[in-house]
Amino acid sequence: MQSETKSHVEQTASPAGQPVSVIRFEGDISSTSKEAVLGTYQALPKATTKLILLDFTKVDYINSSGIALIIQLLIEAKTTGQKVLAFGLSPHFVKVFTMVGITKYAGLFPNQAEAMAAL
Amino acid sequence: MSNPKSRTVEIRLPSVMGYEKVAMSTAASLAKLRGFPEDRIEDLKTAVAEACINAIEHGNRMNEKLSIGVVISAGDDELEVKVIDDGKGMNKQMAKPDIDKKMHGEEDPRGMGMFLIQALVDEAEWVAGTNGKSSYVRLVIRLDKEAE
Repeated sequence: MQSETKSHVEQTASPAGQPVSVIRFEGDISSTSKEAVLGTYQALPKATTKLILLDFTKVDYINSSGIALIIQLLIEAKTTGQKVLAFGLSPHFVKVFTMVGITKYAGLFPNQAEAMAAL
Repeated sequence: MSNPKSRTVEIRLPSVMGYEKVAMSTAASLAKLRGFPEDRIEDLKTAVAEACINAIEHGNRMNEKLSIGVVISAGDDELEVKVIDDGKGMNKQMAKPDIDKKMHGEEDPRGMGMFLIQALVDEAEWVAGTNGKSSYVRLVIRLDKEAE
């Protein structure tokens, strides 16, 4: 019943020329999204990945289990010394992410251009 | 919800993750019919989904032989949702999640469902059923939150 979460990584560069990995999600983010969220993140080379953007533009539904996966990603990123920003969340999920405190560890931006400008 | 103008929709869902979206969509459709604004509908969708997930996971313990009941009643200016399961009910309310504790491994990254429900609707109560069955969570969301 759970719809599949798709994710893929695109590489780009920050305004300062540093490499940036953009993880783009599509579909729902829920308890069945572990591989799409954590698996995709963990496949990034830790030694060279220091800046990460999470793209939620094509995500319609995120439940508390999905938010927990994002928090687990942020825990690993913090341990690894990576900076994570997110963009493309709907106004409702910006509110939800703010309620649970995620904004303290990952800045939220309306779109990729504004997230890139904040790197 | 004794208003004679109220309208009630009842559905039963299998205790399978993902079916919460059926309840979510039904509640959203009813709220839209009653003229609720988009931001309140989004609040309702998340609260209903989390209530159903709790019922499936904690109430019915993912037992696919059990179903959950969802009763949605729409009045003139509010919408009430009851999500009923065969569990013993929640006997305490969830504290606000502490993101710092979660980030430092001192708190489970999960466990935000009840907090989100309480934060997003105008009323939320958890009622334990008699004989340890038919427990339910009752949510109320109002058309105009500022009018409380």
